[in-house]
Amino acid sequence: MRRAITRHKASAIAARLLRSAGFHALLLSGAVIMLAPFAWMISTSLKDYGEVFTVPIRWIPSRLVWSNYVDAWNEAPFARYFFNSAFVASVTTIGQLTFSALAAYAFATMNFFGREVIFTLFLGTMMIPDQMTLVPNYVLLFKLGWIDSYYALIVPWLASVFAIFLMRQFFQTVPRELYDAAQIDGCTRFGYLWRVMVPLSRPVFITCGLFTFIGSWNAFLWPLIVTNTDRMRTIQVGLSTFMQEHGTVPTLLMAASTMAIMPVVIGFFFVQRQFIQGIARTGLKS
Amino acid sequence: MQRQEAPVAFKCSWAVRACDDEDGDIRCTLKVVHLQVPSAQTVARKAQRRRKYLEESLTAYLYLLPATVILITFHFAPVFYAFYVSLLDWNYISPNPTFVGLGNYAALLKDADFLTSLLNTVYYVVGTVPTSMAVALFVAVLLNQKIRGLAWYRTAYFLPVITAANAVAIVWFWIYHPDYSGLLNGLLDKVGLPIQSWLLDPKWAMPCIIAMSIWKGLGYNVVIFLAGLQNISAEYYEAAQIDGARGWQIFRHITWPLLSPTTFFVLIISVIGSFQVFSQVYVMTRGGPLKSTLVVVYYLYKIGFEDFRMGYASSMAYALFVVIFILTLLQRKYIGSRVHYQ
Repeated sequence: MRRAITRHKASAIAARLLRSAGFHALLLSGAVIMLAPFAWMISTSLKDYGEVFTVPIRWIPSRLVWSNYVDAWNEAPFARYFFNSAFVASVTTIGQLTFSALAAYAFATMNFFGREVIFTLFLGTMMIPDQMTLVPNYVLLFKLGWIDSYYALIVPWLASVFAIFLMRQFFQTVPRELYDAAQIDGCTRFGYLWRVMVPLSRPVFITCGLFTFIGSWNAFLWPLIVTNTDRMRTIQVGLSTFMQEHGTVPTLLMAASTMAIMPVVIGFFFVQRQFIQGIARTGLKS
Repeated sequence: MQRQEAPVAFKCSWAVRACDDEDGDIRCTLKVVHLQVPSAQTVARKAQRRRKYLEESLTAYLYLLPATVILITFHFAPVFYAFYVSLLDWNYISPNPTFVGLGNYAALLKDADFLTSLLNTVYYVVGTVPTSMAVALFVAVLLNQKIRGLAWYRTAYFLPVITAANAVAIVWFWIYHPDYSGLLNGLLDKVGLPIQSWLLDPKWAMPCIIAMSIWKGLGYNVVIFLAGLQNISAEYYEAAQIDGARGWQIFRHITWPLLSPTTFFVLIISVIGSFQVFSQVYVMTRGGPLKSTLVVVYYLYKIGFEDFRMGYASSMAYALFVVIFILTLLQRKYIGSRVHYQ
């Protein structure tokens, strides 16, 4: 009897192991497909030009040609592109967080005339696809003389309804008594936002900030339209011009792509937990 | 009740009670429930409160000002301005545009390329969304089995999501390279299948872009589905198991209905997002070969920012807006009604 039970147990364990092995096999092969293009990119970026065209395909280059990166870097003003992207993404993120926090603070804690109407109108702008605003915004920036400037890359993206919405929700959970107590201690309205609300809402700020930064770094269509010189091109637009000029040299192209992707990928490894949780919670789309 | 001082204003509330009598007559009683005569103090307090409300309103507007200015200028007003521009024949530089009324819209209906771009976009959406959702749900269900190394898998699947579409499109451009040195052809060759010219072949170009886009967006859907799955209370599963439900039955009768709000959300977000596909097409095919990958936003870009026909581009933006809007409403009406909420 006992032996039968043990045998039963053993077969149950074996079944569970087999099942779990099956899951891992499926997930692993999926993960390989997901990562293969990146591996291919890095592999090609380190190949000798001639080796790219060898048949059959070689995944590991016979000789690592690091100079591809140097060559790519020197073929186009990548330093400028990187600086532009980093600058635009940073300023957009800081500005957007500031403006959104101010607006969310008003919606969450103040009683004012037209609050619901204004909030509904704000939410309404989320229904408008970005493509809708391309032409009008381009014309407006042209009239302002802002085409091919940092203003064009930054200013239109300084407010985000989604960030306002998320922050408002978070601010509303902070008890009102805290405000009264702070006021008795001599805290001003702005001081309360800056010293109490912002530190309390760090997760929301990190989520929104990460999204804005990555979104801005990866933005393509808008920078493509409003920039037309190397002085103002962001890394993504610069990469696309580079492709037009060096489209036939895959080693340099892959080196350039790797450079354009890497900062976000490396950054992502540090913040992936907050990032993925942020998406899971809010359904934000970058 | 305390005696009030000199009455300044009255505020009354009434209660009316109607009831059916036994003999069918309706009797009404009218009762003064509360008679309040505000004191000078109350009046003063009220005035103060009103002043405070006014003050708070002004402060609030000040806090709202920066975001409002940006939103109105760059997101709200453009909708109306775009409509105005769509009535013009204009290259955005000329000081006196020609007013053509609804001419651009009429031209749009007769534009074979626009129709092609619309059909291609639908092809793209239909090719991308269901497959991506099905695969993502499958992966999410696997990841939800309390599996080891969950974080690692999740990161691997998510990595393409955070990378720039145009940069990975360059990589895929070389994966789809038409001779033997392309990764895909290399693999086909290895297993003895004939190679294809992929992006150069009108038949294959769109499926190539679809495959790349599924790869790019999959991880996002996985994360959302996983969150949805983790939100389903374990009690439901326990109850189902006690009732003898197994594997597929549990998925069919517990997971699927309870996950439907998530599924619905993913569907809407995916459809709207896919309608706006641009970077992949711009990098890999430029709408070719033979317009087989000409999608709406790429066509809009071409008309607006290569040919600088701002009026025509605006009418196209409006058409796209209307299509997306109608799709959202339809989804809400037909699929939204079948969503189960816990």
